[in-house]
Amino acid sequence: MLDSLLGGLGILETSPEMLALFVGFGLVVGVLFGFFGMGGSFLVTPALLMLDYPAPVAVGSGMAFVFGTAVIATLKHHDLGQVDYKLGAIMITGTTIGIEAGRASVYYLESLGLAGGIISVAYVVLLGGVGAMVTRDALNSDGGGGVDHEAADRDLDEYEIPEIAKTIQQTVRIPPMVTLRGDVRVSAWVITAVAFATGLLSGFLGVGGGFIRMPAMIYAIGVPVPVAVGTDLFEIVFSGGLGSYLYGQGGGVDLGIVAPLLFGSALGARIGSAATAVVDADGIKVYFGGMLLIGAIAVGIGEIGSYIGNSTLELLGLVLVIGAAVVVAFAILYTTVSSLRQTRRQATTTAD
Amino acid sequence: MAGLEIPTWDPETALLIGTILLEAIVLYVGYGGLERLFGPYLMKLLIGGEANAR
Repeated sequence: MLDSLLGGLGILETSPEMLALFVGFGLVVGVLFGFFGMGGSFLVTPALLMLDYPAPVAVGSGMAFVFGTAVIATLKHHDLGQVDYKLGAIMITGTTIGIEAGRASVYYLESLGLAGGIISVAYVVLLGGVGAMVTRDALNSDGGGGVDHEAADRDLDEYEIPEIAKTIQQTVRIPPMVTLRGDVRVSAWVITAVAFATGLLSGFLGVGGGFIRMPAMIYAIGVPVPVAVGTDLFEIVFSGGLGSYLYGQGGGVDLGIVAPLLFGSALGARIGSAATAVVDADGIKVYFGGMLLIGAIAVGIGEIGSYIGNSTLELLGLVLVIGAAVVVAFAILYTTVSSLRQTRRQATTTAD
Repeated sequence: MAGLEIPTWDPETALLIGTILLEAIVLYVGYGGLERLFGPYLMKLLIGGEANAR
């Protein structure tokens, strides 16, 4: 019975080696997601593309993975009271239309035989852009990019609304106006526009869109950081669920990929999240930015290899993208264990 | 552009997405339980001695 169910869902068609690879890769992605609060899902779709999965399967399975990860993270943020369900409900509408437009674009490009190439190019631009931004912020060492873990511990009333959000709230006053957690009052149309733009990106690239939606919620809508994080995750549960369903209908979701990735990432996310209590995120952010930049170069190399039919270049691209993620994940784990040991030594010395 | 598509009911796809949802919930609860059970022991093993020194 179980065999036929698993076989029917496609999980038994994946070889043990690939299952082990996906669990391990999921673990690495989970550590990065748990620690930085974003970015892990970026790596899944390009890695699947480089493993020669068709574009709809790479994007669809990437999105289903994002959905599963978001369910786990939302459960945690709900327990901490950091989800604004009103904001989430409005955003779901805009994101749903955006995702559908993005998904339809992928299938249209696939019918023209251009999907793999254009998605890879979009990834190169996006990973490169976000990577450069995070690296610059990390080098300037005043935060930015990823989740500000110290900020996440403050009370919601202590947050200052960014100037740009204040300007938007004062100039765009098209009714209906809504009041959000943290006493933020904003036009529902601003929320819908942010939601549509990020939904379009989600549907096209198979990413959660959190790396754009979270800063957009903070800077364009003006909600406090922890509420932006929690609400974003709640919203991804719906957008990711719907996107996965639509891709699943077209045969784009492979449980043989998603299940082992999720198995590894759920554990990795717990480790990464626990590490944030010990390690200063700013110190490692520069590695994260570097990893995104290497990811962009790797996708570019893999795509050139595929274009000129050079399998060595394709393999090099894959090794680079996975290698960069593994190195950063190990840097987090190593720094965490070292910090813990150092703290313990200091505590022992003080006690003596 | 293919235009907007209204999702239609497909039991097989619903089972697929439901399986992922169930797996996520089971993993959240399961790993949470494992963390409570083995977390302190693992910390002791990793940093040596008293884990609560920090």
